[in-house]
Amino acid sequence: MPPHTSAGRESITVDHLSPDLTRALYRHMRTARDLDTEAIALQRQGVFPAYVSVRGQEAAQVASASAMDPARDFVFPTYREMAAALAYGVEMVGYMATHRALWHGGLYDVAASRFGAVNAVVGGPVPHAVGWAVGERLRGDDGVALAYFGDGASSEGDVHEAMNFAGVFGAPVVFFCQNNQWALSVPNERQVAGGSVSARAAGYGFPGVLVDGNDAGAVYEATAEAVARARRGEGPTLVEALTYRVEPHSTSDDPGRYRDEAEVRRWRERDPLTLLRAALLAAGHADEAHLAEVDARARREAERVRDGVATAPEPDGSELFTHVFRENTKELARQRRTWQEEVEL
Amino acid sequence: MTELIERAAAADTPAVELSMQQAINRALRVLLAEDPDVLVFGEDVGALGGVFRVTDGLQEEFGDKRVFDTPLAESAIMGMAVGLAMNGWRPVPELQFDGFAYPAIDQIVNQVARMNYRTRGAAPMPITLRLPSFGGIQAPEHHGESLEALFAHTPGLKVVAPSDPGDAYSLMLQAVRSDDPVVYMEPKARYWDRRPVRLREPSDPIGTSRIVRPGRHATLVAWGAMVQRCVQVAELAAEDGVDLEVLDLRWLKPLDAEGLAASVSRTRRAVVVHEAPLTAGLGAEVAALVTEHCFRDLSAPVQRVTGFDVPYPAGPLEPQYLPTIDRVLLAVQRTLEY
Ligand SMILES: Cc1ncc(C[n+]2csc(CCOP(=O)(O)OP(=O)(O)O)c2C)c(N)n1
Ligand SMILES: [Mg+2]
Repeated sequence: MPPHTSAGRESITVDHLSPDLTRALYRHMRTARDLDTEAIALQRQGVFPAYVSVRGQEAAQVASASAMDPARDFVFPTYREMAAALAYGVEMVGYMATHRALWHGGLYDVAASRFGAVNAVVGGPVPHAVGWAVGERLRGDDGVALAYFGDGASSEGDVHEAMNFAGVFGAPVVFFCQNNQWALSVPNERQVAGGSVSARAAGYGFPGVLVDGNDAGAVYEATAEAVARARRGEGPTLVEALTYRVEPHSTSDDPGRYRDEAEVRRWRERDPLTLLRAALLAAGHADEAHLAEVDARARREAERVRDGVATAPEPDGSELFTHVFRENTKELARQRRTWQEEVEL
Repeated sequence: MTELIERAAAADTPAVELSMQQAINRALRVLLAEDPDVLVFGEDVGALGGVFRVTDGLQEEFGDKRVFDTPLAESAIMGMAVGLAMNGWRPVPELQFDGFAYPAIDQIVNQVARMNYRTRGAAPMPITLRLPSFGGIQAPEHHGESLEALFAHTPGLKVVAPSDPGDAYSLMLQAVRSDDPVVYMEPKARYWDRRPVRLREPSDPIGTSRIVRPGRHATLVAWGAMVQRCVQVAELAAEDGVDLEVLDLRWLKPLDAEGLAASVSRTRRAVVVHEAPLTAGLGAEVAALVTEHCFRDLSAPVQRVTGFDVPYPAGPLEPQYLPTIDRVLLAVQRTLEY
């Protein structure tokens, strides 16, 4: 059982996983951490209007996304899935474009990436995963859908309805709850009646698993098992990864108003990246020289994405009208002309 | 607290510097103090004081039974408001952003709006839904929506959108004291605008518009953040000798047909400005009312300057979506040259 209250650093193990996999997990988590740091800096510089940090949740995101197959599966993110996107292979300049407000959903190709658009409606995308998964079964294909959502989202009707649907239809879907113990200013104990999201799966007739969200190896194993179950046609699983939101809800937030910094500090010390690094060394999956090299590569990659998104062109105003419909209307064409005559400079 | 109420009631209260967000906060304090049945709840309204700090300090002052956080579920927030109202309370729920009223539309439209009607008056719904609304702050998706036409189109709801701190204060008192459900749309873009305010008890009946700037040549009709934009337009036009009246509708339901008609009958020309998309927006309602009431007095057809029929765009495109000063000026020119 993962700790709800962190006592600070202890150790995890990756002995049960292959060295290739654990090294990849580390590389993605390291890159995500650096990109997250760059993103916060870009917000401070005024390049991003706002940003939502994934710091401390890299293990939960990278390890779960790595258990999915980008060639046949489909991932449905929220607005806080940068590390998952990165690990899943999404084009990251296009992903980060959402934080520069270049396009709400991001500028990556959702269909080709098999990674849904960034979605700000808490709980909204979860039923989509069920629909996608049911679609796979109807066609006889073996893809699996994974829906990310938060502890706050677990209160939304859409999420409960989605789980019931998944149970009824036996949909090949993984409900992946990142319980970071806060929904903006509201802590778990004022959000999750009964104290457990994963326990709710029982009521919908499928397994619910609670896993230490800061333990990359444990998250990978639990998610891979859920994916395999779904692929075998045995239906949905709810995975609850217990972690912690060590940063403010977003760069606009002021957590001093509602939470105790001492608790945050303890969780910062239980850093998923530090834990994984130590586990890699202990398992003999990598040595210091290798990790130093990975760290350097991660840095360069984070800088490349940073520079790419910071210098990306702003969308042209005409794009207001481009994707409203597939088959345009006369009225919208008329409004586009109004825009040209009265707004475009 | 009582001191606050007395000060508010005194006709000649001295002006205080307040932002709209602070003015609404003051009104909520007055309401919580004067009526033990008033309850304030929603996502993050307690310790945090709301993402816009409108409920700042209220939980501290009135306790967590009167001012409380709910779990994250908009439909349940509004459904709970219905049950509380049926049990004699006066709920003032907040939905955090306009776009997140959509998950609660079923409760708002199917339940809140028609419970009084369904029960033949046995179950009134004295609910004031506070909804940070409209765009202008380059926010993420679903954080810049204009839902007024949807609410105004729903029988049984009253709808109000203040445009400045002083009005926001009085209108909030009026909304919460009303025994009918009111959707109170707070223009986010105006939250931080500080100005000297006199905290006044409401004096005009519900459904009264307000002339913000008198003028002779045309009437600009607006609400929420667009009122300020229209005032800017009027100031620019004045430099060219064009004297524009700015009418702040405030109440979008009931909509002040008489006030609107009185203004346009005098100026003979009307331009309605709103952030919401053009088609089936409230501008169409305004145009219809003007045509019905002022047909013989009109010198030009009513002009509409609105958002486009597109989903609310991301940051850099926002200024091209919202009615610009230039677009309003062009519409003024069209109506004057008609
Ligand atoms: C339907 C809806 N309601 C409210 C919001 C405003 N909001 C954005 S994030 C958030 C908290 C979400 O908490 P959680 O689901 O735990 O995710 P986390 O932010 O912790 O990743 C709230 C209330 C929203 N985006 N969507
Ligand atoms: Mg959370």
